[in-house]
Amino acid sequence: MKNTLKMTLAASSIAILSACGGDKDAGISPQQFTDALHLVMDSDRAVYTKKVVGRLTKEEKVIKASEHFMDDKALPLPAQMFRFGAETVAEKTDKFSYSLQSLWPINSQNAPVTAVEKEGLQFIVDNPGKNFYKEETLGGKTYFTAIYPDVAVAPVCASCHNDHKDSPKTDFKVGDVMGGVVIRVPLS
Amino acid sequence: MSILKSISWIIWIFSSLALAAYLLFELAWSEDKSSFLIGEATHGHHQIELACSTCHTSPFGGGEVIQDACVNCHAQELSIAEDSHPKAKFTDPRNADRLAVLDATQCVTCHLEHQNEQTRAMGGTLADDFCWHCHQDIASERPSHEGMGFETCASAGCHNYHDNKALYENFLVKHAGEADLFMPAMRPLRDAVTEYLTDNPQTKALTVADIQPVEAPAEVFEHWQASSHATVGVECRDCHQANNSDWQKKPAIQVCQNCHEQEWQGFSQSHHGMRLSDKLSQSLSPMTPAQGRLVFQSDSLEKEMTCSTCHGPHELDLQKAASESCLSCHADDHSLAFEQSPHGQLWQQELAGEIAQGEGVSCATCHMPVVEQGGKHAVSHNVNDNLRPNEKMLRSVCMNCHGLAFSIDALADQELIKNNFLHAPSLHIKSIDMAVERVK
Repeated sequence: MKNTLKMTLAASSIAILSACGGDKDAGISPQQFTDALHLVMDSDRAVYTKKVVGRLTKEEKVIKASEHFMDDKALPLPAQMFRFGAETVAEKTDKFSYSLQSLWPINSQNAPVTAVEKEGLQFIVDNPGKNFYKEETLGGKTYFTAIYPDVAVAPVCASCHNDHKDSPKTDFKVGDVMGGVVIRVPLS
Repeated sequence: MSILKSISWIIWIFSSLALAAYLLFELAWSEDKSSFLIGEATHGHHQIELACSTCHTSPFGGGEVIQDACVNCHAQELSIAEDSHPKAKFTDPRNADRLAVLDATQCVTCHLEHQNEQTRAMGGTLADDFCWHCHQDIASERPSHEGMGFETCASAGCHNYHDNKALYENFLVKHAGEADLFMPAMRPLRDAVTEYLTDNPQTKALTVADIQPVEAPAEVFEHWQASSHATVGVECRDCHQANNSDWQKKPAIQVCQNCHEQEWQGFSQSHHGMRLSDKLSQSLSPMTPAQGRLVFQSDSLEKEMTCSTCHGPHELDLQKAASESCLSCHADDHSLAFEQSPHGQLWQQELAGEIAQGEGVSCATCHMPVVEQGGKHAVSHNVNDNLRPNEKMLRSVCMNCHGLAFSIDALADQELIKNNFLHAPSLHIKSIDMAVERVK
């Protein structure tokens, strides 16, 4: 079963494979796949946070970023940008899915739901710098689930969460693990 | 006895063959496939129920065939509504246990067609407690919701499954404490001609002397000369001989569409124009009041709904199209109460020049609002869009003149809708109060 997955991933992920420097003939493991996906997600998100939101709202002060960006004619928040990407991916494929979750979510829907999510989010908080990987079965399907720490990369990350009326935690600071990126790959 | 039995067999066989042949003919060749209707279609689809393969696009395949058909017509609407329950949320494996309760990835889970006896508001066919199955513990997060029954979730002014653009907490708080009626109360105005001339500065207005002579009654030229078509340089042949065709006495609706694509898109998505939609599997005749399910004027039943039904082909009287045209067909309680209502009275005053343009409220003011996008203004020609559900009117219509609380209360008051908002709302929806209390 896993070999089938490996072949599928190998066929559909040449670009990622090349970036990882993996062995094309042997395919790539689910972990290599999720690690590569996370690298792209994390980099894009950091760029959007710093070079778009941070620069335009804090340095240039030409536009605001707002949760209600349509009404306010503002920039979407980095977390929203991330979620829109995840929803767009979900519309196009079921080969993998991802979401941003936290033990201290502003939106309660982003709190961990499965046992693996709860264990993994706690693990990345307790073990700074480490990722968490585990298999889990949901709705009769087995998944490889990877959870990566999501760190406050800019002051605006911490201040926004600390000031939000629905935030369960109000003492975040830059460098803190605020939550985790959960990536799932179906194995069966 | 045996002869009788043989005759019975022969009659039975021939009857069966005849029925089979009839059904085969109707299925394969006839345009009228009404024998195959398994039940009355909803009020939103009955107009096109005989264009079967618009939804049943393939005789093979499963639910995905129908799902694709739903999305083909309704995807844009859900996108604009910023759908609160998009499919993408439910395909996430972490929601597998919720999906087992309610398969929210398929439209037909909640909107079954041809099930008229169990169809509820908004074409829903689930029991009214569908919110409860996933949100039964809402009071742990929102103590104010403790003890609220499932029937209160989707009551006007609280929550909708898809469209909550005017009902989310920050919006409610932002508009708390607004006056019932703003002063001045003005509807957004649209000046399409000025916008067109700005974009097309080379345009030359035409007079009768500028156009190639054609035979027509004098009043046709008078109407045309006073119309915006003459102002923007559109003359007889541009419509009657569009695309170098032979002279068409009654140009096809596609001729209007050539220049009025946005209006056409709205019209062809509405109950008025959906029988003409290019998304249908077969072309149908234009909608008539006789085919509708509302109450109509008896002398209008056979009127065919095209552009010129409301606009008139040459005079293009937008004031007439904004109310008089509507009321020439619609005769339900709400429509009949319009002229005596405060809105209707203001409209009469505007027509008489007693108040400024924009202060009156016509049928179109609410049902065909002016929408702005990217600095351009357009009139929505999908007359049904902001009625499903009617809270869609809050932002684009009501709040131009009224405060949010007053508007929510009014839209929730069924008696008030029936008498066309004859008086102030008699009930109060507490959604704004609850939102304000929570952010204190």
